[in-house]
Amino acid sequence: MSMISFPPPSSPPSDLAPRARTRGSHPLVVTLDKKSAPRAAFSGDQLVEIDLPAGTRCIYPRPPIEALKDVDAAIRFACNHPLGSDPLHAKLRPGMKVVIAIDDISLPLPPMRRPDVRERVLTVVLDLLADHGVEDVEIIIATSIHRRMTADEVRHIVGDRIFGAYWPDRLYNHDAEDPRGMKLVGSTDQGEVVELNRKAVESDLLIYVNLNLVPMDGGHKSVAVGLCGYKSLRAHHNPFVMRECHSYMDPVKSALATSVERMGRLVEKALNVFHIETTVNNRMFDRPLEFLHKNEDDWSGTERASFKAMAFTLSRVPQAARQAIFQRVPSPYGVTGVFAGECEAVHDKTLERCNAQYLVPVQGQADILVSGIPYISPYNVNSFLNPLLVQVLAQGYLFNLYRGLPLVRKGGAMIVFHPCTDQFDKEHHAPYIEFVHDVLPQTRDAVVMHKKFEEKFATNPAYIEMYRKGHAYHPAHPFYMWYWGEAGRQHLGRVIVVGADNDYIPKLLGYETARTFAEALSMASGGKRDPEITMMHIPPIAMADVTA
Amino acid sequence: MPASFFDVDGTLVRTNLLHPTVFYLANQNNPLSSLRAIARAALGGPRMAVAEMLDRRRFNELLFAVYAGISQDRLLLLADEAFDTVVRRAIYPGARDLVQRCRAEGHDVVFVSGALDFLMDRLVAHMGATAHVSNRLEIKDGHATGKLLRPIVAGPEKARLVREWARDHGHDLADCFGYSDSYSDVPMLSVVGHPCVVNPDLRLHKLARTYAWPVISLGVRSRAAQLLERLP
Repeated sequence: MSMISFPPPSSPPSDLAPRARTRGSHPLVVTLDKKSAPRAAFSGDQLVEIDLPAGTRCIYPRPPIEALKDVDAAIRFACNHPLGSDPLHAKLRPGMKVVIAIDDISLPLPPMRRPDVRERVLTVVLDLLADHGVEDVEIIIATSIHRRMTADEVRHIVGDRIFGAYWPDRLYNHDAEDPRGMKLVGSTDQGEVVELNRKAVESDLLIYVNLNLVPMDGGHKSVAVGLCGYKSLRAHHNPFVMRECHSYMDPVKSALATSVERMGRLVEKALNVFHIETTVNNRMFDRPLEFLHKNEDDWSGTERASFKAMAFTLSRVPQAARQAIFQRVPSPYGVTGVFAGECEAVHDKTLERCNAQYLVPVQGQADILVSGIPYISPYNVNSFLNPLLVQVLAQGYLFNLYRGLPLVRKGGAMIVFHPCTDQFDKEHHAPYIEFVHDVLPQTRDAVVMHKKFEEKFATNPAYIEMYRKGHAYHPAHPFYMWYWGEAGRQHLGRVIVVGADNDYIPKLLGYETARTFAEALSMASGGKRDPEITMMHIPPIAMADVTA
Repeated sequence: MPASFFDVDGTLVRTNLLHPTVFYLANQNNPLSSLRAIARAALGGPRMAVAEMLDRRRFNELLFAVYAGISQDRLLLLADEAFDTVVRRAIYPGARDLVQRCRAEGHDVVFVSGALDFLMDRLVAHMGATAHVSNRLEIKDGHATGKLLRPIVAGPEKARLVREWARDHGHDLADCFGYSDSYSDVPMLSVVGHPCVVNPDLRLHKLARTYAWPVISLGVRSRAAQLLERLP
């Protein structure tokens, strides 16, 4: 077995790397001084400047890893030289039933500029299947209990040719609530029920095409979560498991990943699965927004003027226009790795690539963590980031962007920037509305809501119909979104939101509000002189590798 | 245990009250009787159209008046054929699945409809529902009088009937579900804890968006409805 060689993670190009006032662990950990410029951050779909005190550490993302020069060659190489498995062509025989499952629209963020890497993998794989006389092929979008993708969204991911040939009879969304469409695979020794898409279970070969954005994606999660339903998700998407994740992004210390791994191993025993995983760099912004990757002290005069103009424009246009500006522009991600074969062997390589892109060594925790909340999460592609998703980003994703120790000390504060507008996409997030306005006023205790409300919601026939036939998230999903913030909630002393356009939504989420950052800082300090402050400068994505 | 209350016409089936009525009128003892009955009904058309806009209950009274004189035997004799020809074929794809899902969750499923009871008996059996609350023709000397027995199932009266049914069968309305396609059923939808609109008309769709009621589509969504759904 041999591996295609990849370029090493490139050192920061001079125009992207922070040049000044670095301290300690890494050049991407910048300590601000009195002369430092304000930092730029997202507050939903607006841009704000934050005047941080001297001594604040600001963690910048690594510059994008150099992309593969010939992605199609890398895909063919990976399929022909897989890890821990026979080559894909050796698994094929004429007349066999093959199901290809692909990751859904939640990855990557924002959606990738065409051609999406899934289209490129599918093109190679479908040609290979055709060459070997395999005609019974179906492609399932592994949505789990996410919303169904629309035809246009599917076309964007798989390309016109595959869409035209397969949609909708042989290319379709997974339906976790189809009573005839799911099949029990078995139970783990911990009693976790594994029930998957029947077509996938009954196929002769299941090929999973993954796009791995962050370390919590891929691996056993691909099949065991992507093609499962509520019965299986309950095993790990609950407050008890979520509290034992330190963090979601560190699979070794995530109870969620451990549970999924047990279920995934059962799947690998029962099914014939060939995994193809791909990694992308963090090039979220193309010119002219590329400077948002950079240390603000290194911005040129033109870049500074561009930022001001953009912030001004965004503050003046209506929300729908802001959403359109950001969401209609796909990201120029570059493919940095393609690995194929047996699940765990493949995923180890994938994680190496992910960590090489995201991990920034950081020494020491902070008292206060500061972060903007961007306009997008995995669950609102092409819709509005509603208040529950603000919580998911704050205490869920942003808090969990660490390996080792959390960036903020136990009982510390998190200051976030977001308007927290009481607005929802009426179709995609229909069950979220009832969750926020009916369940949250009754309790914020994840265990109480898990025991008292979850099942009632999850079996609501009207919401399930919206999930199955419309484009709504499954009614269990808002509960999972709340549990997603559970590890952060258990760890943080307080969350203070700056820039909220109302008081009641932050109150429902358990947040305090401040009109200005200075006020938030004073509240977060709690009387402590010179608290240690750290800002995560995202997007693009970065992960802190924190040591004491 | 919750109950799910379904409006029928336009919600579970694409037909309305007119379709089975036309079937009955077209299948009288002889072609001449059929022609006469249809002509009489057509003459009352404009009044019915006005009543449909102003008062759903009055519309029902005018519509069912055309049954006057039809024998009870004939009504029942033709019921199976009327159901097969007119109603069963018009059931929306997915309607039966939705009813079955409600049943699987332990709900009592009750059809609340302005249609006639002998057709609803058959629909309830076909869909696997629990019961129906529907209109009944007054029969005298073995023939329909053209009048409806009280209560007339239409508009706001549906809300009262749903409340009554829930009370009599031990359901807490806060746990109950209501499904309808029509703005005229807003009173019925308002008394249950979980209202849901199905294939809604434009007015109901707007109302559902305002109150964040779930909107589901068992049939074909209108362009207007699709446009509305995409608005923030």
